[in-house]
Amino acid sequence: MNPDVDTILTRLRGALPDATVELRANPGPAEQHSLLVAPADLPGVCRFLHDELRFDYLSNVTGIDWPDPVLADKVAVPEDDEDSGDPGKATEPQGFLEVVYHLYSHPDRVGPLVLRVRTGDRTDRVEIPSVVSIWRSAEFQEREIYDLFGVRFTGHPDLRRILMWDEFVDHPMRKDYVAPDDFEYEPTPHAEVLERARTHYPATEKD
Amino acid sequence: MISDATPLSAPTLEGTDDDQLLRVSLGPQHPSTHGVFRMNVVLDGETVVRLKPVFGYLHRNHEKIAEGGPYLHAMPYTDRLDYICPLTNNWAYALSVEKLAGIEVPERAEYMRVILAELTRLINHTAFMGFILGDMGAWGSALMYAFREREKILDLFEDLTGARMMANFMRFGGCRYDLPEGWIGQVSRIIDDYGPFLDEMEQLLIGNEILLARAQDVGQLPPEQLVNGGVTGPMLRAAGISYDLRKVEPYGIYDRFDFRIPLGEKGDCYDRIMIRFLEMRESLKILRQAIDALPEGDFINPKAKLRNFKPPVGDAYGRIEGPKGELGFHLISDGTTDPYRFRVRAPSFVNLTLLEDMCLGLDLADVVIILGSIDIVLGEVDR
Repeated sequence: MNPDVDTILTRLRGALPDATVELRANPGPAEQHSLLVAPADLPGVCRFLHDELRFDYLSNVTGIDWPDPVLADKVAVPEDDEDSGDPGKATEPQGFLEVVYHLYSHPDRVGPLVLRVRTGDRTDRVEIPSVVSIWRSAEFQEREIYDLFGVRFTGHPDLRRILMWDEFVDHPMRKDYVAPDDFEYEPTPHAEVLERARTHYPATEKD
Repeated sequence: MISDATPLSAPTLEGTDDDQLLRVSLGPQHPSTHGVFRMNVVLDGETVVRLKPVFGYLHRNHEKIAEGGPYLHAMPYTDRLDYICPLTNNWAYALSVEKLAGIEVPERAEYMRVILAELTRLINHTAFMGFILGDMGAWGSALMYAFREREKILDLFEDLTGARMMANFMRFGGCRYDLPEGWIGQVSRIIDDYGPFLDEMEQLLIGNEILLARAQDVGQLPPEQLVNGGVTGPMLRAAGISYDLRKVEPYGIYDRFDFRIPLGEKGDCYDRIMIRFLEMRESLKILRQAIDALPEGDFINPKAKLRNFKPPVGDAYGRIEGPKGELGFHLISDGTTDPYRFRVRAPSFVNLTLLEDMCLGLDLADVVIILGSIDIVLGEVDR
């Protein structure tokens, strides 16, 4: 049973008046509307949802890469669509990474309550507070998002790569990721010889 | 099994050589790890003081592959997630896409799905019995009995889908084919034989001294901690928490069947094994009801599009009660033929979160039983 997001939002605003939380409508038939939370307010909001509204079970954590922020607002529609039009044109629209949490309540049998958190951009401001201290089930899932998307979860007890190997440098689930031809390429003397052979004769027209 | 068995210098422990810790790398190529899974274990004598699972040996970025093609192209890949039970994976994915696009499923298809899902639950739990006994040292005999019965059901799947394991059978809005003639008769024969087989297996196991000694009072955690750690499925119900998605949010037509949710008391490995026995008996009950009530009609929604299928913009999270726990798919559509984001919430992966907590302070031999009782499949953990 989908929870009543409006009531939850009202209670959240009543309890945490300073927190930035807004309702995002889901345009699809699933009607799983979501709450967009500012990264700084995430721990407070989650603590309130866990302790007061009895959302004791965090089922799923999804990472999403949005190089095109306009598309992100089409999937999770803001309440007043007209506002966001102008400033988007004035400044270059910037992509971001998003983390989505699906919460359920064991005692009340409701869910999923969908929370969204967005990073500042895709390169430098990619930090989001970890929720592992509230729901332990986020531990490996946050590690996976760190590994595959590059979101840094501050306060995570053990933030390491989980599926890729430790020496890997990129984040393969990002939309602009290009897989190398050879994942295990290492320069060898052989490569040097090949390179010398390639430059030995001047390029012909066939090349 | 024991590689790089170098003694650790332990600066935190004062004292003599007796306090030295030993680092053991369990896996990845050991049968008790159920696939290519590794655990970095630190031992004080026989006692586990630290345990860190290492994943990724089977990682092929399933999610990225699925995002690179149309929605239907991901269906055969879901077979390879938890390859013991492909049909429940198919159903979870089909259910999520149906939520995303708002597709209705005809009555007959729903019954077919329930029959296939419960048969899948039977083979998963039966195979589990064989594997867990193998973990305890009964290498072969229990597994032989289990696989004999599993093979009978796999034959049925082969009749229906063309493949023993890689079924690729569900479609958005129904199933791929109708049931072949005489198939239901075969199912009902297997159900009739399954009760006596379970009796035999239970007789073999319940009072078995090795099982009692190895599994009782091993690996309990407080129920609140299990909920907080996201544990689902038989693992959670063995601790006495009644949370089965077939009852909590009856997807498909599960609200029409009369069945009960078996619950454990202590949540130790013994309870986890016995819960699965009881669940198989409930599955048999569901199967019998579903076969009796199977209606005629469409096996797939005739309005559902197979080609050029474009769900409306939006996202959806759908989940089902898989044999191993809650299997969920989070899909995001940008209105094109390919999913923008395809996320799998794999029960085996999340259930491993609390592995270290369960093992701390126990012996190394118990780690193998606890890992076995979680019932993981690495195709799903590493994705």
